[in-house]
Amino acid sequence: MKLVSDTYDHNDKTLADEPEVLTLPLDAWHRARQGRMVEFAGYWMPVQYDGEGGGIIAEHLWTRENAGLFDVSHMGQLFISGEGAEAALEAVLPIDLASLKPFAPRYSLLLDDEGGILDDLMVTRWREGFYLVVNGATKWDDIGHLREALPDDITLNHLEDTALLALQGPKAFAALERVVTGEWPLSALTFMKGGRFMLAGVEAWISRSGYTGEDGFEIAVPADAAPAVAELLCQQAEVRPIGLGARDSLRLEAGLPLYGHDLSPETSPVEADLAFAINKRRRADGGFPGAKRVLGELAAGAPRRRVGLALEGRQAAREGAQVFHENKAVGVLTSGGFSPSLGHPIAMAYVETAQAEPGTALEIEVRGRRLPARVVPMPFVPHRYYR
Amino acid sequence: MSRYFTQDHEWIEIDGTLGTVGITDYAQGQLGDITFVELPEAGAAVTKGDAPCVVDSVKAASDVYAPVSGTVTEANAALADEPELVNTDAEVGGWLFRLTLSDPSELDGLMDRAAYDAYVAGL
Repeated sequence: MKLVSDTYDHNDKTLADEPEVLTLPLDAWHRARQGRMVEFAGYWMPVQYDGEGGGIIAEHLWTRENAGLFDVSHMGQLFISGEGAEAALEAVLPIDLASLKPFAPRYSLLLDDEGGILDDLMVTRWREGFYLVVNGATKWDDIGHLREALPDDITLNHLEDTALLALQGPKAFAALERVVTGEWPLSALTFMKGGRFMLAGVEAWISRSGYTGEDGFEIAVPADAAPAVAELLCQQAEVRPIGLGARDSLRLEAGLPLYGHDLSPETSPVEADLAFAINKRRRADGGFPGAKRVLGELAAGAPRRRVGLALEGRQAAREGAQVFHENKAVGVLTSGGFSPSLGHPIAMAYVETAQAEPGTALEIEVRGRRLPARVVPMPFVPHRYYR
Repeated sequence: MSRYFTQDHEWIEIDGTLGTVGITDYAQGQLGDITFVELPEAGAAVTKGDAPCVVDSVKAASDVYAPVSGTVTEANAALADEPELVNTDAEVGGWLFRLTLSDPSELDGLMDRAAYDAYVAGL
């Protein structure tokens, strides 16, 4: 058999562009904890941890029941400031910043002029400007795109000296509350709210958000303090470090799309079932990249849609597998794998709109065989956000 | 009885002209949690280097190559309900399939235990 563990993600386009694999601030910390390091988005990152409590399924279930610590420092953290930054950002994103309260992250999309998705991201209003978190594999392209699109008097800083951690799971609050201090109690943060706190002796930007469907937090700290922060969090009885493998299976169960797989320049926001990211005022006024196509699809519908599929049995179907309806090819999988929480395989696919209704019986071709599947609502596993 | 190993981390245990095939403990450790095994059916003819069997882990699906040519006589039925046997007992209870060898001389190119252990140590 060919062992694939040396590279986790063979579809990652940045590997070809940037052959040199970089290290992140927690590299030595992961290795000391028996992290199995693989190339991802141009960095060495832990796909899972070996030893007791390690392994993708164990890490996945631990996060659903306790709290998992994820290193997501590969993601791009950007800060956009300067007079007129708000209007300049609205010209680039379909977001309504007039309704965006301070310190409350909001999901948005970077679109090309044809309405294709260049990236998905989070935007937060800070006092002096806007804090953006973009995907690791796309951050260099995003920076180039934004520098091109933003006026010269708008400043774009890449916060390369800031690490990003995520603490996720039903016990994340209990673990984090024990070790943070701040002007407000941690309980002041509800889902999609953020603030500044002190953690392990350094200032941390903390938002109640994440990518697992669980309650949890994303924590930005100075890179040189990241090992001390990670160590302090993992000293809490509820917390274990979690690798990329479980991060992927958790987000899939939560129905959250992964850029480069479920989202790409070939997919539009309406097709991707992300119309909520086109804020109300912007639907009325337009004036964002790709508005013509997006507004057209909002009015008339899109020819295909991202849906969730549940498979019978145990055999998983993967990205790229063809989807059939009564022997006619109607779509393709963009993510798929075994769901540790549900005990059966699940998938995301783009299918023709006529076959996108929940309950529709479909077939997925895997190695020459057709596996029965049906369209189900997402998330596959209910979200448990703290609202 | 004697056991041989391939560079692709399969093992084959030989008893006369019957061979039992599995993946090594090293391979299962690299694959991680195994969730499904697609097994060949009895009667299937396989050629050395074919992939009559696929092991699904949470991460990926991996082909298992036939170490030798022959005809499949049996697959490990226990794996239908307990694919994790390949993780917990890769080199005994987690065997994958059995076959009758059509050309025992194909074993000549395979490694013995000591050679395989040395090979893995060098990876």
